[in-house]
Amino acid sequence: MLKDITIGQYIARDSIIHALDARIKIMITTILIIALFTIDTFMGFGLFTAFVLGVILLSKISIKKVLKGLKPILILVLFTLFIHIFLTNGGEVLWSWKFISIESEGVYIGFFMVSRIFILILFTSLLTLTTSPLQLTDGIEYILSPLKRFGVPASELSMMMTIALRFIPTLLEEADKIMKAQQARGADFESGNLIQRAKSLIPLLVPLFISAFRRADDLALAMESRCYRGGEGRTRLHELEYKYYDFVALGMIIILAAAVSFY
Amino acid sequence: MLIELINVSHVYQDENNVKALKNINLEINKGEFIGIVGHTGSGKSTLVQLFNGLIIPSSGTVKINGKNITNEKSNLKETRRHVGLVFQYPEHQLFEETVYQDIAFGPKNLGLNKDEIQARVNEVMELVGLDYDEFKARSPFNLSGGQQRKVAIAGVLALKPDVLVLDEPSAGLDPQGRKQLAELLQYLYQELEMTIILISHRMEEIAELSSRVIVMHQGEIVIDDNPVEVFSKEQKLHKLSLDLPQITEILHRLDERGLKVNTSLFSVSEASAEIIKALRSK
Repeated sequence: MLKDITIGQYIARDSIIHALDARIKIMITTILIIALFTIDTFMGFGLFTAFVLGVILLSKISIKKVLKGLKPILILVLFTLFIHIFLTNGGEVLWSWKFISIESEGVYIGFFMVSRIFILILFTSLLTLTTSPLQLTDGIEYILSPLKRFGVPASELSMMMTIALRFIPTLLEEADKIMKAQQARGADFESGNLIQRAKSLIPLLVPLFISAFRRADDLALAMESRCYRGGEGRTRLHELEYKYYDFVALGMIIILAAAVSFY
Repeated sequence: MLIELINVSHVYQDENNVKALKNINLEINKGEFIGIVGHTGSGKSTLVQLFNGLIIPSSGTVKINGKNITNEKSNLKETRRHVGLVFQYPEHQLFEETVYQDIAFGPKNLGLNKDEIQARVNEVMELVGLDYDEFKARSPFNLSGGQQRKVAIAGVLALKPDVLVLDEPSAGLDPQGRKQLAELLQYLYQELEMTIILISHRMEEIAELSSRVIVMHQGEIVIDDNPVEVFSKEQKLHKLSLDLPQITEILHRLDERGLKVNTSLFSVSEASAEIIKALRSK
């Protein structure tokens, strides 16, 4: 069950989308997020979705796998939908019962917001699916580095992210092991009501946290003993380099975003 | 027959689809002390997790006490109270505030009442060599590594399993800790007549304690015999990158150089007596 978690999952493929520079991809994603929030018709969403599907095809990652990543946000999406449907007033009353009423405005806004969240997650997940965590954090460091002048610890931030991403699989493995060990002592993670289940997680979470702290300690010691001090003057193994197609992609996105938001 | 594996294969369902076990057939009887050895990645840990249903094999049948556990999911909890499993570095699973509470976790899950739980905790703490009154109220996280491991093993023993499975229980212990552990296992096996299954890289431990040795290689059982037979197959073991117990290795070397000694001895005292005898008769 723990293996279903796909946060920060990277799928290596040989595609143009993978080859794009991480910085460009981050910029594109930011531009598209802004564009997405300026869209105010379903028609615009339709075009946008078509574009995202096109990118998924180009990336050679199966659509099924991308959609699987949307599963965890389903609850959030449904919650948003119901809140809007039941609480937004305006338009004609479609259905009412005592103090609850569904009005056409609410249904419209509800579905509108849901489409927006879906598309947002869909293409932001593309960023992590097609960019290796290392490139991604490098890209973020580059983009943040002008802010160093104002005291933003860009390299430290990117190192923190690298480490966080790096240890997700390790901690999942560890959680799996501890879970088994507690099950061997008769712990039951799978049945009971919500409160019982939450309680049954204590034997899993306490050892997991302790081991995370132990790992953090070890890692800090290992880095220190290799004289890691971050920031100024550090060179890297793989320098990020812009290629011509990076600019082509960026140019296309800017035109697209402009078209969509003025449409 | 306590544990029976029939044509068991297991493939881990992930990116690499590693075939961890290939067509294993195995019978384990009551009152055996089984040592399992094998190179890293030979399938030892996967094998022992089959014994209490933590892993359901991809194909084949696992029977515990004659009951098939591969298709009845509901009875796994029952199975797990019969087969206690001590994982590698078991102290990493400690979580309670006090030693008492941590050891009581298993019995509590079995639904025992307060008195029974206390009796069990008291009993297993004595077994593993922790003084009940001194340690019961202490935090397990303030103990030494060796003491933590004792608490963790006590936590499994408190389930009173018929079979005790231990995966590398002596890894990272000091010589004294190892000796105490060996004595504990000996006591459980001889006095309490528990069935014990021990995974270890330390051949000395395996040779000294077990009544039967299983050698695993790439997901298969390649040797299954008594320790004397297993450790006489020097060449085959070396080919599987496994060592002989140090003492046995020395006797083999002496034998190679022309001193007529019995090479199937595993303890220092037996070996020294044998060498003296051989030298005298020369």
